[in-house]
Amino acid sequence: MSILINKDTKVLVQGITGRDGAFHTSKMLDYGTNIVGGISPGKGGSDVGGVPVFNTVEEAVKATGANASVIFVPAPFAGDAILEASYAGVELVVCITEHVPVQDMIKVTPVLKRNGTKLVGANCPGLITPEECLIGILPAMIFKKGNIGLISRSGTLTYEVVNMLTENGLGQSTCVGIGGDSVSGLYFIDLLERYEKDPDTDAVVLIGEIGGDAEEQAAAFIKEKMTKPVVAFIAGQSAPPGKRMGHAGAIISSGAGTAEEKVKAFNEAGVPVAKEPNQIPGLVKEKLGL
Amino acid sequence: MKIHEYQARNLFRKYGIPVPDGVVCHSVEEVLEKVPNDDKLRVVKAQVHVGGRGKAGGVKLAKTKEEAVEKAKQILGMDIKGLTVEKVLVADAVDIEKEFYVGLINDRNAKAVTLMASAEGGVEIEEVARVSPEKIIKMAIDPTMGLMDWQARKIALQLFSDPKEVRQAAAILVKLYKLYVESDSSLAEINPLVLTPDGQVLAIDGKMNFDDNALYRQKEILKMREVTEDEQKEIDANEKGLSYVKLDGNIGCMVNGAGLAMATMDMIKLYGGEPANFLDIGGSSNPQKVVDAMNILLSDKNVTAVMINIFGGITRCDDVARGLVTALTEIKTEIPVVIRLSGTNAKEGLEIIKDYGLPTVSTMSEAAQKAIELSQK
Repeated sequence: MSILINKDTKVLVQGITGRDGAFHTSKMLDYGTNIVGGISPGKGGSDVGGVPVFNTVEEAVKATGANASVIFVPAPFAGDAILEASYAGVELVVCITEHVPVQDMIKVTPVLKRNGTKLVGANCPGLITPEECLIGILPAMIFKKGNIGLISRSGTLTYEVVNMLTENGLGQSTCVGIGGDSVSGLYFIDLLERYEKDPDTDAVVLIGEIGGDAEEQAAAFIKEKMTKPVVAFIAGQSAPPGKRMGHAGAIISSGAGTAEEKVKAFNEAGVPVAKEPNQIPGLVKEKLGL
Repeated sequence: MKIHEYQARNLFRKYGIPVPDGVVCHSVEEVLEKVPNDDKLRVVKAQVHVGGRGKAGGVKLAKTKEEAVEKAKQILGMDIKGLTVEKVLVADAVDIEKEFYVGLINDRNAKAVTLMASAEGGVEIEEVARVSPEKIIKMAIDPTMGLMDWQARKIALQLFSDPKEVRQAAAILVKLYKLYVESDSSLAEINPLVLTPDGQVLAIDGKMNFDDNALYRQKEILKMREVTEDEQKEIDANEKGLSYVKLDGNIGCMVNGAGLAMATMDMIKLYGGEPANFLDIGGSSNPQKVVDAMNILLSDKNVTAVMINIFGGITRCDDVARGLVTALTEIKTEIPVVIRLSGTNAKEGLEIIKDYGLPTVSTMSEAAQKAIELSQK
């Protein structure tokens, strides 16, 4: 078991003919992800490295039975690409594209709810169930099958932490990069719920950052509902208030969303917070009694 | 992106939200020229991109034209929280019966635009939210329907009692929402929204921010952008696909990914150093980006060492390494550079760096400590 994706997940790539789309399709194929088709309007009938290309998501779903899609289209078209996948009945949509306007994400939200679509991102690195399925731009070689779940608002910081976990013999069940935007798809609590139920996950690493109060909400959820141990890290402890730190969501406004408050909330929920990323494996081992 | 109060007022007018008359002036001469010669009570307001103008002495009443000139003279050139006042708004003062707050934001929890209103207008709403959150009415708006008339009425009814006033206020809310959505705003506030003794509802002060990610489709809004020197650097960086925020320290950071960039800054601080900036070179692996990033970093004269921290996912380390070599060859800086590469094509990347003759380190902690050490030499 795992959460969200496994070896049976059939994946479409929206924007497969672009530079990044084509490059990461080949990487995902190398990893063994079951990529059944790509979408590029006007290029239907061709193929990219052996993957058939369709004009629309609907056609691709009909022809392949795909149940997941990953989006690499440019930001002005990303909202529409999410909607297209949702209306075509794709169950899990992963949007890699960054700089998607907030209003576009707000518009897709009720549609996703109505159609029962799960969205990861936008502005995220994707997700992976090691040795089964990789969707997105995660560097495959650092992951190892195991029983640690990981959720992160960051991309490269996730890789950093995963690398340390793997080097310390802590493999992963599923790792999810939820993205750094202020309005996104699945968030901490949605995933913590799934990890709690997943028999293959024994502990969860949560990588948060400044801005918003999702970490505080996650801490409250952990305190009330989780039996499995959680270890956290918060990026942006040194960030000044009022400045957007790259991620649209990473901004401390009027004293809310500071690293300090988040650390406090986690500590109160019995969640240890690492001071620097390389402390995370040790804290996980301690919690698991290893 | 932020705009000034007078620009927000112009947008309000365009959407039919009533605001008192006013003129914006860049100099005392302009005040002499533009303000009518009468004894109308006016308010002279500094136009800067920060809050708390009143407390800083940037908002003054003037009973005559002479007084308006006098006050403008005092306010123009004034420093408010590090920003120089280059413009004043001279607006008609109105008699106020009661003050309210109304605002729209993108609510990350509701994943919707949320309308906020309060009978406690004129003060900082964050303060009201902190001290007595029950005094703020909130309503999430369904994006497929927009702010419906009954919703606007429901909010207005909680602030006003006279039916004529309720109608005016509800109409203002609907117009403000339309403006908000059509301009890809991320914050739109009327504070205060006032009721005059003769029963008029007016927007006295306005604040609007916009979603940077949507500026590509907001040409008219973009024309209103005014930036400080530091902000200009940040915008130039953005146009090159980089996100840059200048800080006060001396260790320049170049990192791929915002989360890792924040963690890198944190790490430098943890080991006793001070980061000079936040710089995320982002998702693509174009070598030109690295060249641009180095140029931006080194244009900050406080920088005494540079720490480059790359964990390759979508950004391939070999591309980064080639970009670094190109940039360093081009720039020929004396400032020491510490490079740490890991992830996609890291081996190839490290080979390129080694061939060029630069030292490399393998962990983040090591890189931070090395950069701090070199910055002190």
